[in-house]
Amino acid sequence: MGIEFNKETFRDDYTFKNSPAAVRRFPFPFPEDDYMYSVNMEPHVPGRKGSVFEHTFDVDEHYLAEMRDRELVLKSDPLRCQSLPHMTLAGWDLLELIMESKARDYPHWFELHKSGDRWTWINRPMEIEQSFTFLKDDTLPYGPLEYITRQTQGDFTLQDQRDNTLYIDAGTVTTQADWSLDFDVGMAFHEWHAPVPLAHNMGVFDRALKFLLKLQLGSPVRRFNWTMTVDPLLDTSPENYPKWGPSKTTLTMDTIGKRQHLRVELQTLHRLPRSNAIAFPIRAYLASFDDIVTMPKWGRRLHRVVRDVHPDLATYKGFIRNRDLMVQWLSQYDDGKPTSPGWWPEPE
Amino acid sequence: MSAGAQRLDVTVAEVVDVNPLIKRFRFVRTGGGALPTFSGGSHIVVDMDDAGTRRLNPYSLMSDPGQTDSYMISVRRDDNGRGGSLYMHRSVRPGMQMQIGWPVNLFPSDLRAKKHLMIAGGIGITPFLAQMAQLDRIGGRFELHYAARNRTLGAYMDELQTRYGARVQTYLDEEGQAMDLKGLLTSQPFGTHLYVCGPKPMIGWVLDTARTLGWPEGALHSEEFLAPPVGQPFEVELARSGKTIRVGAAQSLLEALEAAGVDAPYLCRGGACGQCETDVCEADGTFEHNDHWLSDAEKASGRKIMPCVSRFRGARLVIDR
Repeated sequence: MGIEFNKETFRDDYTFKNSPAAVRRFPFPFPEDDYMYSVNMEPHVPGRKGSVFEHTFDVDEHYLAEMRDRELVLKSDPLRCQSLPHMTLAGWDLLELIMESKARDYPHWFELHKSGDRWTWINRPMEIEQSFTFLKDDTLPYGPLEYITRQTQGDFTLQDQRDNTLYIDAGTVTTQADWSLDFDVGMAFHEWHAPVPLAHNMGVFDRALKFLLKLQLGSPVRRFNWTMTVDPLLDTSPENYPKWGPSKTTLTMDTIGKRQHLRVELQTLHRLPRSNAIAFPIRAYLASFDDIVTMPKWGRRLHRVVRDVHPDLATYKGFIRNRDLMVQWLSQYDDGKPTSPGWWPEPE
Repeated sequence: MSAGAQRLDVTVAEVVDVNPLIKRFRFVRTGGGALPTFSGGSHIVVDMDDAGTRRLNPYSLMSDPGQTDSYMISVRRDDNGRGGSLYMHRSVRPGMQMQIGWPVNLFPSDLRAKKHLMIAGGIGITPFLAQMAQLDRIGGRFELHYAARNRTLGAYMDELQTRYGARVQTYLDEEGQAMDLKGLLTSQPFGTHLYVCGPKPMIGWVLDTARTLGWPEGALHSEEFLAPPVGQPFEVELARSGKTIRVGAAQSLLEALEAAGVDAPYLCRGGACGQCETDVCEADGTFEHNDHWLSDAEKASGRKIMPCVSRFRGARLVIDR
């Protein structure tokens, strides 16, 4: 099929770029001209053809470059992938979910052949062919979670359900918006969400937890989250803050369009069959402000959202320092015309 | 969203008389193919069309979770119940097409456990059958203590002892074999988790004994599905849908909502999961809270009701449905 995988980097010389097709399918996260927290979950059912939710797990032109970046992060910091001992079964559940989904949705790239518990997995883009015994840990080069997430875009956490809450007891986290698996591992739902402003008083987390505890097998759900990142850096981790934090101080009117990126996370939640755990893939998409304003509706709307968003939110998301500059630059692309509801772009 | 609404089309492949009180049903996917993988301790809700009355009863899956070609449940006949088990016993035959909900697990194995200590009474054995098969496959350490009135009613005793040997201990009431619960609970290795499923008095006895002996709350697990109790008929006003409905004596409030075409959420239909929790707008009367979900304070507040098992007596009830 028609996608060529980009040769690009998410560090150092930052050669990352979106093709025009990638910009058109970018999951712009604002269905309205303003933004506040809500329990914005909907069923994760196959969406519009060509969109990022056409398939259970989206594979796009950045696949190989993202996997290369993950390999580099894990090499320098192996604690970015952790799985507490009781989560191995959930890791196998996730491996099965991803392999079956990708083999079904992208048969030209991925194949899964089963003969009882003897499985063979073929990943053509990464040139991998692996035979192994399902549920036998020593038949794979890594644990099941690490094995499959080294071949799948997006971060993953696995949440164990007990005592009427969820515990973040495993994960692979290398493309995160400034949070640390090594710090959060083992925490309960309200503990790892404690730093988020405003939403607690709105009852958002109580409602979200109640909803998730009842998440059903076969009925995954999804939501968006978003933040801002200077330069197309996937690994914006607290561990590396000294390396990327200062970049926020170097933006100018001349460079902001190219360097400032809207970072959108497509988050999905899946009940896992054998472990009864919940898998939480967090897939990050980056688009520069230059990319965004090629869609006039998005340019208008992003200007309004950034201008009007609650300052506590802008602070938490890490862009309060550059908000005025963003608004100044984006205002060039807002003629004040009304925008249509929903997030789909309207090419003009 | 009406949770619990996603359904599977199945065909009854086999009905087996296990003993005078228990029948076992095996379902395969209508049209062929595998059923969803599930975890030990899960249940399904079986959808019954009992001569025009829709019955939705939860039953634990007892088959090996690793075998997805069919699901098995065991149903104990309750001659004084509301009719679901009688329907299953009298009317369900091989070849019949039915619908079931996707598996839901409210009684999962805690995979942190160093050892799983299971205590079953009577038909409460069923979730443990699936849990043991799963734990056996992944190398989990477990021990089952299984009590029944007599050997005939101890449905799966022989089979389990053959399969798991000394990991299964049985107790027959009519032969005066009593479980030394205190001895059992004081001789377990650290990190043991305790699971109990069976009649209400047994669950209370096991959990109370464990708490008295200082077992941590997080290591105690139990499952009891309540059948919606029979009561006096009552009327309910539905604020959101603008209807007034009558709940029959042998009907639950949830069933009355469904019969009136009101889409109400549910999962377990047995007072355990919390999915059907409903806000009370106005009430002049007395609640009969029968669920395990609401806290004592919530029950006393008169602001919440669980329509799957709870009832009301009084002049007026308005709920947010």
